[in-house]
Amino acid sequence: MEPLVSVSDFSKSYGSVHAVRGLSFDVHPGELFGLIGPDGAGKTTTMRTLVTLLRPDAGTLTVHGRDVATELKAIRSITGYMPQRFSLYPDLSVEQNLRFFADLFAVPTDELPVRIERLYRFSRLQPFAKRLAGRLSGGMKQKLALSCTLIHNPVLLVLDEPTTGVDPVSRTEFWEILRELREEGVTIVVSTPYMDEALHCDRIAILHNGRALAMGTPAELIRGMQYPMYALHDDEIVMDYTLIEKLPEVRSVQTFGDSLHITVEIDTDAERLQRHVSAVVEKDVLLKRIDPSLEDVFIAHIEEEAAHAE
Amino acid sequence: MRRRLIAIIRKEFIHIFRDWRTLMIIILMPIMMIVLYGYAITLDMRNISFGVIDDARTAESRALVEAFAENGFFRAWPHEVRRADIEQLFMQRDVDVVIVIPREFSETLGTDRRSSIQLIIDAADSNVGTFVHNYSEQVLQIYNRRMNGKLPVLFELSPRIFYNPDMNSTNFFVPGLVALILMLISALLTSIAIAREKETGTMEQILVSPVHAREIVLGKVLPYVLLGLLNAAMIIVSARILFDVPLRGSLLLLGLMSLAYVFVALSFGLMISTAARTQLVAMFGTLMATILPTIMLSGFIFPIDSMPPVLQYIANVLPATYFLIIIRAIMLKGVGLEALWSQALILTGIGILLIAAATRRFRMRLE
Repeated sequence: MEPLVSVSDFSKSYGSVHAVRGLSFDVHPGELFGLIGPDGAGKTTTMRTLVTLLRPDAGTLTVHGRDVATELKAIRSITGYMPQRFSLYPDLSVEQNLRFFADLFAVPTDELPVRIERLYRFSRLQPFAKRLAGRLSGGMKQKLALSCTLIHNPVLLVLDEPTTGVDPVSRTEFWEILRELREEGVTIVVSTPYMDEALHCDRIAILHNGRALAMGTPAELIRGMQYPMYALHDDEIVMDYTLIEKLPEVRSVQTFGDSLHITVEIDTDAERLQRHVSAVVEKDVLLKRIDPSLEDVFIAHIEEEAAHAE
Repeated sequence: MRRRLIAIIRKEFIHIFRDWRTLMIIILMPIMMIVLYGYAITLDMRNISFGVIDDARTAESRALVEAFAENGFFRAWPHEVRRADIEQLFMQRDVDVVIVIPREFSETLGTDRRSSIQLIIDAADSNVGTFVHNYSEQVLQIYNRRMNGKLPVLFELSPRIFYNPDMNSTNFFVPGLVALILMLISALLTSIAIAREKETGTMEQILVSPVHAREIVLGKVLPYVLLGLLNAAMIIVSARILFDVPLRGSLLLLGLMSLAYVFVALSFGLMISTAARTQLVAMFGTLMATILPTIMLSGFIFPIDSMPPVLQYIANVLPATYFLIIIRAIMLKGVGLEALWSQALILTGIGILLIAAATRRFRMRLE
């Protein structure tokens, strides 16, 4: 199948700052694709370029076979984009905002009531139709913004950190909506700094410093972790974990809430590791073999890259 | 095209009427400005304080002093001054002028002999000095004609002043103020309206729609044309009521010309907004680009003909220059379009040029 979005060798700098360097990925029709990474990874720059708000310095980006550098109008009319910051008119009501964007996108007038009805149904904003957008809660604002980007039935939806600053309940609800949209065949590119949200995506790209460190389904990426991992769970431990890091079989140690995640060499014996760790911390500890999380995957990739750089 | 344009215009009206505080400022600020500036900016002198050194001390010399005191331009009560104190009095700004009447003043009246009245004028402000000089001369002339029968009159200039017989400078300044305030407010309206959308991020959201630059630009200008016209009407009415500035020409013509001028100023504001990212930058940019040139170079205070050539070139591209000629001609002289069509054409031309340039410069991307 032809990819709906194709990014190849994309680079973009702001002055001397390299925001994105040589990024390539494809998004297939109907996919929910996640761009995962910390602030400054290049997520926003990539998304803004995809929706033709920025011009690429190098590389080719196409949406539906059209080049983002030249075919602004064509791409803009089939894409829905939701910027990171709430960007609707706070002094317009929910309905006025929806109608305004319907007019901008030239949504056929006879279809408009049906579409607005449908958007109200999934966003549950109907009771607030007359409320000013500025007086909505954070979660409702995001749902209204999403509704406005959906009013013209876009083929591609580009959402820049839609759940940042939104309460956990609304976040869950928001992801449910996204999955519903994907069921309906909308292709979605979404960015998030939250690893737990990345699990909702069909495929993800882990971005760091403008590069893709890894790409694939969340399951693939987790399986791809070749080194075993142990958790040291003990809330009494307040210690210098650099001692554990110095053990020969230990590759790396990460603090993870109130526990430590210890990555070790492939053929490490669990009992020996437990003895060694207990020895350095001068106390009997219990180590538990765990499956790595996406966050572990992310950290492992960043460390690998740092090791390469050295 | 039309549907998107109407949508933007409708949205802009909602912004204008929902934010009634800003609306009040937009409506009241011009009136406040015209009251403040209208009363402050005047070249007429009243209440000139004068000192007298009367060496003659006769009935005639006292009559001369009274001639000064009675005419309304000078204070009614002169200071008696000693020669040694003159400098001190000037420094303390107690008097603007000292009149010295010579000892032989009364004897020479009505004879062939002449005596000189000395005027010592504080001309630290040359404008004030000139006025004091002129007024004093007039007072002396009137006195001479009355008291000096034998004054040999060779010929006399008898001026007749058209359009502003009292030489009242408010009639000259208030139309200029209308031009200044309209330019400032209108340019601010559009430049801030666009900058606000950039600042709050809504511009990013509109840009990803298939909207055209000309739709955004026109959609911003048209609603504010109405607001600008409302402003123009309020300023002109306040000028009539507060300063008694005449309106001798056609009100309709003045309205049409104001419409053209407001359109130019709004387009100018848009032009500024294409370079400004934040409301603050837009505001300061607009203040700098409108107030200074309009006051200094448009003929608002200083005649363009006496400027150095470089400044004259600048004056010739300022919209206010043409609107000033038009509004003064309509209000003070009652001139019709037949004498103003060239200015009207140039003004409209500048407007079309500006809005075309603003549309061209309007960026459809974020960079």
